Amino acid sequence: MATQKKAVALISGGLDSLLAAKVMLEQGVHVEGINFYTGFCVEGHTHAIRKKDKAKPKRNNALWSAEMLGIKLHIIDIIEEYKQVLLNPKHGYGANMNPCLDCKIFMVGKAKEWALENGFDFIITGEVIGQRPMSQRKDTMPVISAESGADDLLLRPLCAKNLPETLPEREGWVNRDELHDFSGRTRKPQMALAEKFGFVDYAQPAGGCCFLTDKAYSVKLTDLWASRGKRDYEIDDIMLLKVGRHIRPKPNFKLIVAREEGENNFLQGYKKQFITLRTMSHKGPLTLLDGSVNDGDFELAARIVARFSQGRDAELVDVEVTENGVSKNISVKPFAADEIQEAWRV
Amino acid sequence: MIELDARRLMCPMPVIKTQNMIKTMAIGETLRVSCTDPGVMQDIPAWCRINGHLLLNTEEIEGEFILTIEVAAE
Repeated sequence: MATQKKAVALISGGLDSLLAAKVMLEQGVHVEGINFYTGFCVEGHTHAIRKKDKAKPKRNNALWSAEMLGIKLHIIDIIEEYKQVLLNPKHGYGANMNPCLDCKIFMVGKAKEWALENGFDFIITGEVIGQRPMSQRKDTMPVISAESGADDLLLRPLCAKNLPETLPEREGWVNRDELHDFSGRTRKPQMALAEKFGFVDYAQPAGGCCFLTDKAYSVKLTDLWASRGKRDYEIDDIMLLKVGRHIRPKPNFKLIVAREEGENNFLQGYKKQFITLRTMSHKGPLTLLDGSVNDGDFELAARIVARFSQGRDAELVDVEVTENGVSKNISVKPFAADEIQEAWRV
Repeated sequence: MIELDARRLMCPMPVIKTQNMIKTMAIGETLRVSCTDPGVMQDIPAWCRINGHLLLNTEEIEGEFILTIEVAAE
């Protein structure tokens, strides 16, 4: 009796990776999932932070996919290693700060390492030729195979018939005839296959699963680097870019102003790391000040914070400024709406 | 019982911390995870179901979410 072959599947939580894994399971392959956490994954974060989103389901779609498939899922923290991918992408960025091709090469390479360490025979992804403008093209698919080091151990079940045979196909571990020839941006073949497998409640991400594909987020990230004079980040930096209004009235500092109660609660966790501003005479948002400031900057910052408080129309608003556990109060006249310059908004 | 502090971490980090801690534990040992991201109430039970570990209890105490897990053979 032939030994059951083992495949590790890159599971994003989207439909394509769900289907690719299912196609392999249908062929009797043992499949386990792997999901990489870069810190930029959209999954859950804003739902968890913003109170207005509390009613939305908070499920992690990669976990949900694995449960639908009845497979194990290994979630790997790659936050530190991923910095080199984002900061120095050999193949450059997409429309925003998304290094999609380098990202896929990196993840497939990590999956190959994991497969070797854990006795797995090959790697599968839900890639489809023509599905994505940067990483899922006919000319970039061989680049991913080659530069990741996976070579012909990388099988794409949804579009394999459009690609050269891989080792699992040549060795008869999988039947090429039962693989697929999907291509292009249409989702119809995937939806039909989902229906065939009985998947009805699958994730349908509208803007991808990565904040780096988001224009507003990318602008905030490049502003962060420009203000610090170096391209680097810590996990707290990239989390904070997902939260609040970001206002930079001067090059040396910016304000992160909570937009609602959930964000207020989230920013509370950063009070020890940042200078904070809070309106005392009127209800208002908690605000973090990121950067280095001189005494004159506090009044400017406080006037902006007062603008976003319930005292925006008052003559004066009392604002508490706390730095290193020491607080002082200043009274300021809130800015009028048109005094908050559009160019300040990051 | 082993305690794991995953407070202030956003999903999926509490799941990753739980997963990595359980890898170091013996079958039958219990892990108590404290979190602040409400997403863990979905994600950690799902992770336990996938990997066959036993979720003994979940509770919410003053805005913190506490999950108790018994390690099973994977």
